[in-house]
Amino acid sequence: MAVLKKKKDKALPAMNTSALPDIVFMLLFFFMVATVMREVDLKVAVNKPQATEIQKLERKSLVTYIYAGAPSKKYQDKFGKSPRIQLNDSFATLDDVQAFVISERETKSEEERPLMTMSIKADRSVKMGLISDIKLQLRKAQALKINYSSLQPKNVDALYSSEN
Amino acid sequence: MARNKRAIPEINAGSMADIAFLLLIFYLVTTTMDTDKGINRKLPPFDEELIQDPPPIKERNIFTVLVNSNDQLLVEDEYLEIGQLREKAMEFIDNNGDRSCDYCKGYGMSISSDNPDKAVISLQNDRGTSYGMYVKVQNELIAAYEDLRDEYAESEYGRSYREMDSEEDREIIKEIKTSYPQKISEAEPLNIGG
Repeated sequence: MAVLKKKKDKALPAMNTSALPDIVFMLLFFFMVATVMREVDLKVAVNKPQATEIQKLERKSLVTYIYAGAPSKKYQDKFGKSPRIQLNDSFATLDDVQAFVISERETKSEEERPLMTMSIKADRSVKMGLISDIKLQLRKAQALKINYSSLQPKNVDALYSSEN
Repeated sequence: MARNKRAIPEINAGSMADIAFLLLIFYLVTTTMDTDKGINRKLPPFDEELIQDPPPIKERNIFTVLVNSNDQLLVEDEYLEIGQLREKAMEFIDNNGDRSCDYCKGYGMSISSDNPDKAVISLQNDRGTSYGMYVKVQNELIAAYEDLRDEYAESEYGRSYREMDSEEDREIIKEIKTSYPQKISEAEPLNIGG
């Protein structure tokens, strides 16, 4: 008892924090590896469609994104609510798609060009008219590998329900 | 000489944690965890000469899927729910009307496809169809092929097709793919309602 009391009187010894940098570095490396830099500032609202037969996109550097959807709240008074195309950081029209694909292709090396994939990230409510027009432009630009960006549904049955 | 013998003072590592924290927070903020996934498709090349002379295909070998601007399905002149589409497509592909496909389990009906190699799925949508519905239909049609390939792989190799490794099982996958070749043809969209 006497011994215990003596210990209590003493101030708490400083906690050993020498392992703290190690822990932080571990976390840091995890995030560095897992991170994907947000390439563009999304100006259109994209609620991706759901699908089960989806494949992972390999080689991020070979993927070019085309966004389509209604302009997000911030831009609605300027651009309206009807679905629009976004390429890189700005709104675009259909005529810009071909030039965009060609300029993107220029940035890739010769042997990688056939592997280039166009990922269409469109909102599920966008009408197919717009998507078909984009697809026609892609065909004209000889960008034939495409990917319909979709989400794996949490509940597969939801896929068959009438809403969304 | 005397100077060299002096021990180098230890570097103060106390601020290391601070630096690491700073970097950590930077990555935490910029990170987006969403993995990019989607349905891979290949578009037909744009060639005006090709359009003028389509190869003749027998009516029974075409499985028509129409989607209207209200996202309703018309499959082989019959109204269908999206949940029934996969089964219908599988029945059509696996029908084996000319008895040339020995691994097919279809009913061999004379109004349905000859064999999986000849069976073509034709998909046409309206310009007013929603993209979500279009992806769902695509998904079901691809799933029909994947399910058939799965069944085939299960009976031939005792393994699931979907779980095969694209590198190791390249030959097997190729063989399965030629047994059930994916033939989905898309027509130019209609513009009726919408």
